[in-house]
Amino acid sequence: MSFINLKDKVVQVKIVYYGPGRCGKTTNLEYINKTYRNQIVSEMVSLKTHGDRTLFFDFLPFDMGKIKGYDIKIQLYTVPGQVKYNATRKLVLRGVDGIVFVADAMAKQREKNIRSLNQLHENLLSYKESIFKIPLVMQYNKVDLKEHGIPILPTEVLQKDLNSRLKVPYFEASAITGYNVAATLKKIISSTVISIQKKLL
Amino acid sequence: MNYGIVSQEQLEQIDTILTDKLIKLGVDCVIIIDMAGNIITAKDNGESKYDVYSFAALAAGNFATVDAMAKLVGEQEFSLLFHKGQESNIHFSKIDDELLLISMFGKDISLGFLRLNVVDVIEKIRQLWKRK
Repeated sequence: MSFINLKDKVVQVKIVYYGPGRCGKTTNLEYINKTYRNQIVSEMVSLKTHGDRTLFFDFLPFDMGKIKGYDIKIQLYTVPGQVKYNATRKLVLRGVDGIVFVADAMAKQREKNIRSLNQLHENLLSYKESIFKIPLVMQYNKVDLKEHGIPILPTEVLQKDLNSRLKVPYFEASAITGYNVAATLKKIISSTVISIQKKLL
Repeated sequence: MNYGIVSQEQLEQIDTILTDKLIKLGVDCVIIIDMAGNIITAKDNGESKYDVYSFAALAAGNFATVDAMAKLVGEQEFSLLFHKGQESNIHFSKIDDELLLISMFGKDISLGFLRLNVVDVIEKIRQLWKRK
């Protein structure tokens, strides 16, 4: 749940990047950190293993400016993608306001995407949240690999696999080059802020 | 509990409690956060320059991990945590299921005295919520 401080007029919004291992969640945050450096006051926090895999989460806070006199502070988190870390994934989801599901568009990762999305659904249920209600954006990452001759899933297949029932906004993206990283972020921020506004009215 | 939105009046009362009971004692910085890593309020002695937002995210993660470990060994919870350093120390204490009180303090304050005050602060904050 977002926290609204009426005294200092600050709204804190928690957005989590979720997805299977090595799909590019941390890369999304690294690109945002690099590109929007002037809006980010603090350093990106990464809790990772020696092998550079996310162990607990990455955290990146930034200011979005004011809406109706309230300062909007966006807090971006990633979860660890590896299968064995579900307990920590669940902890990161606590109090989430909006989710970006990063899917790996590589053909061989097809099943992992589906499994990860199903687990997201279960994890949200444990907090009495519904994947059908929470602001969610799909990002089909790694589309740049096509140029390197690596087989990737067509967007229609990914849509059918992951988004046929959810019907949420989606983006083809390449976190490493930055393609549609900002578009994904803008979409999830706007959906989340609108949903918070609705809850308050 | 009126949680999610805390009124200006409640926040001011909490700030007063924190200042009177902990900042005046010599604590460098006090933060109240929720378990999602949001900051409810932060008070400092005017000198400390901590990045409180990153701190809150890490503290919530830290506490959640310890909570999960408590359950693994058959405990309901470990309601307080203490990290000791050369120059500064951090004390975490649970206010209720959603809120955590974090105090950062130097070596010139005794832990026992701090803990007595933390208990007092938590009791006062709970009273405050009860009244609403």
